Amino acid sequence: MRKESKLKIVKILIGKELEVYFNSPIAYVFIGAFLLAGNWLFFNYFFVNGQASLRSYFALLPWIFLFLAPAITMRAWSEEKRSGTIEFLLTLPLSDWQAVLAKFLAALILLALALTLTISLPLTVAGLGALDWGPVVGGYLGGLCLGGLYLAIGLFISSLTKNQIIAFVAGLAACFVLFIVSSSFVLTGLPATLATVANFFGAGSHFDALSRGLIDTRDVLYYVSAAWLFLWLNGRVLASRK
Amino acid sequence: MIEIKNLNKELSGHEILRDISLTVNPGEIVGLLGPNGAGKTTTMKIITGFWQPTAGTVKVGGLDVVKDALATKQKIGYLPENVPLYDEQKVFEYLKFVGQLRDIAADKLIGRIKEAAMICGLQDVIGQNIGQLSKGYRQRVGLAQAILHQPEVLILDEPTTGLDPNQIVQIRELIQKLGKEKTVLFSTHILSEVQAICDRVVIINQGKIVGAGKPQELSSRLAGGLAIKISFAEKNDSASPAGGAQLAAIKNLAGVTEVKFDNGGYKIIATRDVRADLFKLAVERYWVIMELALQETNLEDVFKQLTK
Repeated sequence: MRKESKLKIVKILIGKELEVYFNSPIAYVFIGAFLLAGNWLFFNYFFVNGQASLRSYFALLPWIFLFLAPAITMRAWSEEKRSGTIEFLLTLPLSDWQAVLAKFLAALILLALALTLTISLPLTVAGLGALDWGPVVGGYLGGLCLGGLYLAIGLFISSLTKNQIIAFVAGLAACFVLFIVSSSFVLTGLPATLATVANFFGAGSHFDALSRGLIDTRDVLYYVSAAWLFLWLNGRVLASRK
Repeated sequence: MIEIKNLNKELSGHEILRDISLTVNPGEIVGLLGPNGAGKTTTMKIITGFWQPTAGTVKVGGLDVVKDALATKQKIGYLPENVPLYDEQKVFEYLKFVGQLRDIAADKLIGRIKEAAMICGLQDVIGQNIGQLSKGYRQRVGLAQAILHQPEVLILDEPTTGLDPNQIVQIRELIQKLGKEKTVLFSTHILSEVQAICDRVVIINQGKIVGAGKPQELSSRLAGGLAIKISFAEKNDSASPAGGAQLAAIKNLAGVTEVKFDNGGYKIIATRDVRADLFKLAVERYWVIMELALQETNLEDVFKQLTK
């Protein structure tokens, strides 16, 4: 098969995933909850702080994603396994990795859409005072990267079970651990050598760096390769069905 | 069209399939018959590339299902057991999705969907959510999906399970219609279904093929020959002396291997059709024939005996 038609299959699969998201309440509940939680929590502190900055919003973002990313991905494979559609899907002329990639990209599109809809926040803040756009751009990029990694983890965990609730809770726990590993709270308790390692592998430190406006390709690369690892594991799980 | 050679499948230490060899010729409708858990579904999962064999090979249209998975998947239309469908999609959306993945050209796609929907009788529900459909309609959506890309081979796993009698008849007619152009392998544990639509039956039990052939052949082979029933105006049984003489006379005919009293008449097992000779014998002896018939094959007996 030509490369072009391979990508075409991924595109068709993404279309179907999005169709399922938007034909069911999933997408609306996700976007609604995301906007509501983010805006409310942000404006709670914004007027108290009295600073034209989105720092407190981007500090919240990883925690909001912690709940919402596994909520998007929990059904992705679990439901296919429970209802048996996975058998239908994987007996179509497509490869496992195309199916994995499509599920990931569809979830990422949903997440990116939700993030885009928060653009009213920086616009409002910019209207109220002098906003430094560097950390905002970095924060959005970091949010997309961190969210993407959470989605990849959630997908991988979803592929391990038929039960959506287990997929959700285990996904949340896994994301939480990966995020918290590089928090100062954990790092101070670790010996110096381990702390360096934990700081590198933790998802939180890279997000902090990005959301401060320091856009370093190494941080982005961390997210891309970590997400890739979990997608690869997801593919291995699918291949092990036989 | 489908060639299975020495197929073995082990799953977590259990031997599910043992040395299955089976060929399905182009244009044939073959029924895979067996009790629950015999290995029918496993065989189909391997043919369709969902699972991989532990040993042995499966070829579809000359191509290996493991090495040329994408090409063989494209040749096959598959209806998995219990018809898994995406409940959130509408019937049309779903068929369009399948058609695109099956690489049907955009300008032909709508035509193909219409055609498949017509063959399967889906016109009335084409705009409905799949989650709201009845079991019968779901089954037809599953079939429409399987025939959409005009595959050479159809693999149908228990296509009539859970349907009401009218729907069963409709689906059977559909399979027979499709079977005129395609190679069909379907599984069932309903015996009458096999007799109604199959060219050939393969009986599987505990992962092994225990019998294969045309439905009639199978039962006659098992019974040791053709079964013929004859009864006369004068009822006889083993107690009456006339009965004993009659029995002996019938047994003397060339080709008859066994004669038994049966409800006042006789049940005869023969290696050839001895009805003409029976008639002549009866005329000679002035026995008035009330009934003379080649017995309907009874697959149920075969099945019971083979899967004991």
